[in-house]
Amino acid sequence: MHLDHHLESSAAVSADARRPDGTRRALRIGLGGPVGSGKTATVAALCRALREELSLAVVTNDIYTREDAEFLLREAVLPPERISAVETGACPHTAIRDDISANLEAVEDLEDEVGPLDLVLVESGGDNLTATFSRGLVDAQVFVIDVAGGDDIPRKGGPGVATADLLIVNKTDLAPYVGSDLARMAADAKAARGELPVILQSLRSEDGVREVADWVRERIAAWTA
Amino acid sequence: MTRAALLVLADGRFPAGGHAHSGGAEAAVRAGRITDAASLESFCRGRLHTSGVVAACVAAAAALGVDPGQLDRAADARTPSPALRVAARRLGRQLMRAARATWPSPELDALASRFPKGAHQPVVLGLAARAAGLGPLDAAYCSLYEGVSGPATAVVRLLGLDPFDATGVLARLSDDMDRVAQEAVETGERVVTDGVDVLPARSAPLLEIGAEAHAAWAVRLFAS
Ligand SMILES: Nc1nc2c(ncn2[C@@H]2O[C@H](COP(=O)(O)OP(=O)(O)O)[C@@H](O)[C@H]2O)c(=O)[nH]1
Ligand SMILES: [Mg+2]
Repeated sequence: MHLDHHLESSAAVSADARRPDGTRRALRIGLGGPVGSGKTATVAALCRALREELSLAVVTNDIYTREDAEFLLREAVLPPERISAVETGACPHTAIRDDISANLEAVEDLEDEVGPLDLVLVESGGDNLTATFSRGLVDAQVFVIDVAGGDDIPRKGGPGVATADLLIVNKTDLAPYVGSDLARMAADAKAARGELPVILQSLRSEDGVREVADWVRERIAAWTA
Repeated sequence: MTRAALLVLADGRFPAGGHAHSGGAEAAVRAGRITDAASLESFCRGRLHTSGVVAACVAAAAALGVDPGQLDRAADARTPSPALRVAARRLGRQLMRAARATWPSPELDALASRFPKGAHQPVVLGLAARAAGLGPLDAAYCSLYEGVSGPATAVVRLLGLDPFDATGVLARLSDDMDRVAQEAVETGERVVTDGVDVLPARSAPLLEIGAEAHAAWAVRLFAS
């Protein structure tokens, strides 16, 4: 086996908006947040909502299995060649922030193999409240928390809650059962985030991802404008 | 030679993908071959004197300007496990990206267009060292140090080994690393005149076998 074949050009270095052949690369949106908050469920719902109108792909960052990728495959939200799993060596935040090379490679390989793409969703393996994506990897990031994780999380803030381009407070259907005060969560989030948007959603309800899908559409429109 | 550039390249935080790899330590931990600091030290010493020597010689030769295509094939021939070849090329590709961004150079650009999916990591390391204004000895040291610091860091995560003990292991390997780095430079110089066949072909069968088994696990913390 030898790989001496020549290509016209070589991969872009990092966040360049253009691919080596001069075309615009896909918009990349990262989804971070604690384990179990609903990142994979949101990715799945977004794929279902957007796959007819956009050329989509997903990169998952599983901590020690391929569960997320396998869930998306099982649910058949996208054809298998559009879903790629990155291994993160026990450090999910490193792979999305400090050393993004494996994720960049996954994104670029997807564009090469199934492109052209309009949108790549990059799901973090799930981490603590300080984990954010590097601007070298994604163009926008969504932080997903849920009402069952405690209604004081928006008040506690932290980089994810305070600075993400969109904060999703997920599983609002569970609020009555876990005694979470949605109004307070919304007010605390507003206080921590100023003008940055917050969406409360339940994926258990019909078309629960609609508002988030609209936010993604706006991002795409701005990216391609 | 700039000593500061060497620190940049050798830094474990240099963003070239190494954090996701255990250098065979995860398989060795599962097999019960690494259980504490002493067995970690034996593992690292074994690695240093087998696959570590080969990688350091390749890195030194690349830093001396030997053709990367020939070195890549020579590295392939010295890496029986397909899983390890895949890992070496993946790490090479990731290092290529980081090095091109850090020390832009026509040589690295040429390497990237010749090997868009990556050359063996030590080949890229040698060229990265050149681009950084470093020499073959620096490249050999980086290769050797990475080859033992990767497993040590991984074992801290896998076994909860005391991080001070793990660092002590690395310190105790210093003399061996000094010696092997010198040897690697001498070999690299011979490669320049006599070709890649003079590269050593030492290998550690358990590392190769362990890597194949590890690649098939459904649940693992590290990519290799
Ligand atoms: N009740 C409820 N459960 C949800 C909602 N969104 C996700 N879940 C469930 O929460 C669990 C964790 O979701 P997942 O997307 O895997 O979380 P991730 O770890 O952030 O990717 C799964 O069992 C989902 O079905 C929601 O809006 N309401
Ligand atoms: Mg998930």
